Amino acid sequence: MSDLIFDESTILLDLESDTKEDVLTKMGSNLVDKELVKESYIDAVIKRENEFATGLPTSGVSVAIPHTDVEHVNQKTISMAVLKEPVEFGVMGDDSETTPVKVVFMLAMDQPHSQLTLLQKLMQVFQDEDTLQFLVTEKDKTKVKDLLTEKLAFEGGE
Amino acid sequence: MAKKQVLVACGAGIATSTVVNGAIEEMAKENNLDVNLIQIKIAEVGSYVDTADLLVTTAMTKKEYPFPVINARAFLTGIGVEDTKKQILEELKK
Repeated sequence: MSDLIFDESTILLDLESDTKEDVLTKMGSNLVDKELVKESYIDAVIKRENEFATGLPTSGVSVAIPHTDVEHVNQKTISMAVLKEPVEFGVMGDDSETTPVKVVFMLAMDQPHSQLTLLQKLMQVFQDEDTLQFLVTEKDKTKVKDLLTEKLAFEGGE
Repeated sequence: MAKKQVLVACGAGIATSTVVNGAIEEMAKENNLDVNLIQIKIAEVGSYVDTADLLVTTAMTKKEYPFPVINARAFLTGIGVEDTKKQILEELKK
């Protein structure tokens, strides 16, 4: 199984954006530039987000987990963005509601139905107010990376 | 008791259904329930209308199905997860 990419280059802090489409375009372009995803990924992830929203209101700040089909992905990657100002995303499973999202985890997965452990750990992060609070306030990408790497236990995962 | 066929669906069949699938698997094991979990995209539910007993999904569905539909967002956010588990267990024990 190919290794998961998650490092300083896929972490975007203080991302300025007004719309979710713009957030997804900026995050996606960063991954396209690094050839981690195909160019088609950007349109595909926006289309999927509009069809099946991924905003999740948590007990702390709202998060979103945009993702799309595996054929647009070259290399399994997680990209994270902390938005300077919250941007409205549709709430998962409820297309009549939106939620002000502050942290976006873009999941570029190269196989369906995989990464159960990783995804479960990511959901645990969403349920952990202290961690989310740290992520939205920390300005040092390396510290963000280190904390998430520990929380998601990338090494030896699965 | 006949083995229940449970559909676990999300938009892409990649991320959220994987988490929900794992949670239900664990729940079934804890309760000694033998369930047939099928992880699919929400668009594929139509192929299972004749056989499924329950649909657990993180995606929005406006369609009517001959089986109950339970929203599984709680498994991702932790908010209200005990209620959701209770609902699913009740259906599985029917």
